[in-house]
Amino acid sequence: MEEILKVEGLSKTFTLSRKQQKIEHTNTKRKVAVDNLTFEAYRGEIFGLLGPNGAGKTTTLRMLSTLIRPDSGDAILDGCSVVNQPEAVRGKIGFLTSELKLEDFFTPNYLFDFFSRLHGVPDEVKETRKKEMFGRFGIDQFAEVKVANLSTGMKQKLSLVISLVHDPEVIIFDEPTNGLDVLTARTVTDYLQELRAAGKTIILSTHIFSLVERLCDRVGVIIDGRLVACGQLADVCGGLSIEDRFFEMYKEVKGGEE
Amino acid sequence: MKNNTLTIIKKEFARFFGDRQLLFTTVIMPGLLIYLVYSLMGVGIQKMITEGQNETVALTVENMPQSMAPILATLDSSLVMVEQPISDDDIAKLEDKDINAVMLRFPKDFDQLTIPDLGQPVPNVEIYYNSTNNASSRVYYALNALLSNYNRPFTVNVPQSEEQRFDQASEENIGAMIWSKLLPMLIIMMLFSGVMAIAPSAIAGEKERGTIATLLVTPMRRNELALGKIISLSGIALLSGISSFIGIALSLPKMVSGEGIDYSSLGFHYTTADYFALFLVIFASVLIMASAVSILSALAKDVKNAGTMVTPFMLVVMLAGLLPMFQNGASTSLLVYLIPFYNSIEVMVGVFAHEMQWMPVIVTVGSNVVYTGIAVWVLTRMFNSEKVMFAR
Repeated sequence: MEEILKVEGLSKTFTLSRKQQKIEHTNTKRKVAVDNLTFEAYRGEIFGLLGPNGAGKTTTLRMLSTLIRPDSGDAILDGCSVVNQPEAVRGKIGFLTSELKLEDFFTPNYLFDFFSRLHGVPDEVKETRKKEMFGRFGIDQFAEVKVANLSTGMKQKLSLVISLVHDPEVIIFDEPTNGLDVLTARTVTDYLQELRAAGKTIILSTHIFSLVERLCDRVGVIIDGRLVACGQLADVCGGLSIEDRFFEMYKEVKGGEE
Repeated sequence: MKNNTLTIIKKEFARFFGDRQLLFTTVIMPGLLIYLVYSLMGVGIQKMITEGQNETVALTVENMPQSMAPILATLDSSLVMVEQPISDDDIAKLEDKDINAVMLRFPKDFDQLTIPDLGQPVPNVEIYYNSTNNASSRVYYALNALLSNYNRPFTVNVPQSEEQRFDQASEENIGAMIWSKLLPMLIIMMLFSGVMAIAPSAIAGEKERGTIATLLVTPMRRNELALGKIISLSGIALLSGISSFIGIALSLPKMVSGEGIDYSSLGFHYTTADYFALFLVIFASVLIMASAVSILSALAKDVKNAGTMVTPFMLVVMLAGLLPMFQNGASTSLLVYLIPFYNSIEVMVGVFAHEMQWMPVIVTVGSNVVYTGIAVWVLTRMFNSEKVMFAR
């Protein structure tokens, strides 16, 4: 298997404001969000980062997508360093999270063209891809409707399409089914499987065990910013369900507290 | 009931005093700004009063009365008095606003004047001056005040015919003086309003709506984003400013027609070079305004916060726009044209006062382009900063 992502010693610490200290119930000013994370992902697989809220999954994905810079460590994505070649990395990935929004004022058609230009997609390729993607997700009927007037499900599908305008090799997906209605969630998970079949690599974060079992080839379990297990799903589970295995690990890390 | 009222009061106070920025803009800033505004206005008024006081003024007197000679000699230390007849050609020379001169013509036998018989003309003292020359204007007012208090049967500056004018300032110069005091402020206000209408939404709004992150995950370089934002905002603000300016230019004569001023005779008589310089400097001003507001908006959490952050800055710019009211003509020091915002106002004053020179225009446009370049660099750093872009 060809390694497409190599994460080595990735760490990130945040300075907490007083307000954040209150929210986190802590007196310390610094919070280690990601601690010396090392893992790899291979071409054509779905790699899941599994962990509870606040474990550091989103921070890891944001570092991989170059939105934030690691304090130490690096990740090499398809030969490019997230630290030293962030623009090149951004050209190779499609990043989707609920934080990323689209301008309400514009239409799907305009936004597809706009983001295609930013990604340097040639016009003829763009038109073919737009037709294919809009058709695949039923956006074609709403291509000239402003985003503000689209349903929530349609907006989410459009966000997915926009993040993939340039047909990236690696798709980074933060909580892919969060906030989606069941129909849209199914469309998205089915599409992720199609992408894997087409040889794309998908790195996703989730706290939903069933999603990991259904989609992921390999999984990394992250608790308190540290990777506590990583490997083939069957190897990590060791004969248990992923849910049972996760709580075993969680108890080991937290010393029984839940 | 009372407890609930107290609870609400406590909550409102906690909200207010817990927000340092709100506390600054509502409690500290007003006092600070009033101090700043009044101090600067004081400096401006003082400058206006003292301007030209050290310049010598040639006072030509015809028919000097014996009683007046010692009084005039001590009226103003800057006066250089000459006693000689005043011809029409001499009076015509006063039209040059760069000549510091006043001409005073007394009636013959001023000291022996008696109340004239009914139907006989009242003797008239004539003071010729140029109101667009500060020194000439100052001496005119001093003489007028002196003579008005003089217990003699005469009038001062009562025209003896329809053609007789005592103020030798040309209509063009009067127009230039009015436009140079009024228009720079209005133009700056309009341009700033244009920037304010769009910049906070284009940057802080994108942060607030989460759309900036969508842009930041594309391969586009951050400096391309910063430059694109500043140029597009400048262009839109320029259009908005031009629209407002046309509105002002068309409505101003109507607005002031009730003031007894014939504005039709004070129309624009500016050259193509003046308009070109004006366009250059307006564009340079918009660039720097858009840059500054973009940086403040990038620092803000949301559009509302951006509005709060930009307000003090807007007041300072408006204040700078008021300064031409207290000065006569543009500054001659090139260093002034390195001060962002104020340099544009000074160039506009020069253009509207028919004193446009290319060096100040070049220094202003050049320095503003350099400042914009620095702003693009700063904004690029801000787009790169996760603390700025994703702060909550």
